Amino acid sequence: MSSTTLSPENQALLERFSDGKVLGLARAITVVENERAGFQELLHTVMARGPQAKRVGFTGPPGAGKSSLVAAVATEYRKLEEYLGVVAVDPTSPYSGGALLGDRIRMNDISTDPGIFIRSMATRGSLGGLATTTKEVVDLMDAFGFDRVLVETVGVGQTELEVTAAADTVVVVLVPESGDAIQAMKAGLMEIADIFVVNKADRPGAPRLVKELRQALHLRAGSALRDIPAHHGVDLGRVMKEERTTSAPPTEAEGWSVPVLTTNALTNEGVEELVDTISEHRAWLEQSGELEQRRRSRAASRSRDVVDREMRRVAWSSDEVRGLLARGVDQIASGGGTPYSAADAILGSLLR
Amino acid sequence: MSDERKIRVLVAKPGLDGHDRGAKVIASAFRDAGFEVVYTGLHQTPEMIVNAAVQEDVDVVAMSVLSGAHMTLFPRVKALLDEAGADHMLLTGGGIIPEEDVEELEKQGIGRLFGPGTSTGDAIAYVNEWFATTHAG
Repeated sequence: MSSTTLSPENQALLERFSDGKVLGLARAITVVENERAGFQELLHTVMARGPQAKRVGFTGPPGAGKSSLVAAVATEYRKLEEYLGVVAVDPTSPYSGGALLGDRIRMNDISTDPGIFIRSMATRGSLGGLATTTKEVVDLMDAFGFDRVLVETVGVGQTELEVTAAADTVVVVLVPESGDAIQAMKAGLMEIADIFVVNKADRPGAPRLVKELRQALHLRAGSALRDIPAHHGVDLGRVMKEERTTSAPPTEAEGWSVPVLTTNALTNEGVEELVDTISEHRAWLEQSGELEQRRRSRAASRSRDVVDREMRRVAWSSDEVRGLLARGVDQIASGGGTPYSAADAILGSLLR
Repeated sequence: MSDERKIRVLVAKPGLDGHDRGAKVIASAFRDAGFEVVYTGLHQTPEMIVNAAVQEDVDVVAMSVLSGAHMTLFPRVKALLDEAGADHMLLTGGGIIPEEDVEELEKQGIGRLFGPGTSTGDAIAYVNEWFATTHAG
């Protein structure tokens, strides 16, 4: 980003956006999603006042009922007269590049409510469970003035954890078919939950999954392993704890014990409790200072992303670098050169 | 920055009939053609369709109408789109629509409408062509 001046086109867009015109928001999202000229300046301008909205992420395996649950939760928030943004992500086909975005189907009951803005996004090759620019779109919705932004990921497996970079509170939605306690003890998805929800709780196996999740959470909290000596030289309690503190939010130690709730999104059972629990988590985030910490770590990772992207752009759009690359490749082909010597020459020129 | 711009299409199924096979077929075909397709399911009112089209900032609204109500639904959605400031979107669609009605609707600013037996390739080509001409340069 060279400057903070907006093109006349984006200036006009910004005016509509600031006037609270829905069309302005919709168009701004398109500009950001397509990384069209000037999108960074646009984001810079609207993000200046800092994050205000409460951001809640919903993630879980395909078919867990995330969309239905988001719709049910959104309905509750509308009763509280909150103004809501919803971002729902579905996968892009790696074959055709197309996508079928079907999350709105579950949200028809709320789709004409003028207090809710829903946007569907395709992942466009991003593998973290969000689309490449979902975080930016959440920022736009925040800046537009929504009280709360709900983010729904694609159906995820165990390692698509990017939702933590977009949300303050992460709700992991599971169903009785999701698997047993061993799945729950594995690394990844299970570590990012601030709140677990077992949806479709009328199905057989739900009570068992709830129980197993609670047990697994106790293990994770270290309470079950604290007094067990290292086994084969590996201290499980310490390993788990270390893993938790790397990127996943440390939870129990700071006074938040991850609750396991049950819901039935279609009959609305348990939805009110979920909304209450999200509020409790919010209160804890604010009181414990955790919110500040999460926002700081998000700001750091976003800044790193922008630098990464710009460095790549600067590097590979330079004629000199392209020339050095070509020469490096020649040297590799004729013997003597390696990718390391080629990279060395390129980095030398860039960092000069 | 990516130069390739995805075409976003809302596939909508207005009215009370439950025949959504056609809508699903065209939604899948559009997806396979590389479009980003927003599908909203059955029983959509014109207001729901326009609301979704605006929020999703789609390029094209494609409606499947088999109920015979096309002479009401297409003009109504068109009017609401214009009212919402979304007159740049292409409104097209398909269904059981007599030729003279197709012509009449075209006069009212509605895009091509496809009848039974249309190959999905024709619809895809039409959307691609429309997009290329309106977004040229």
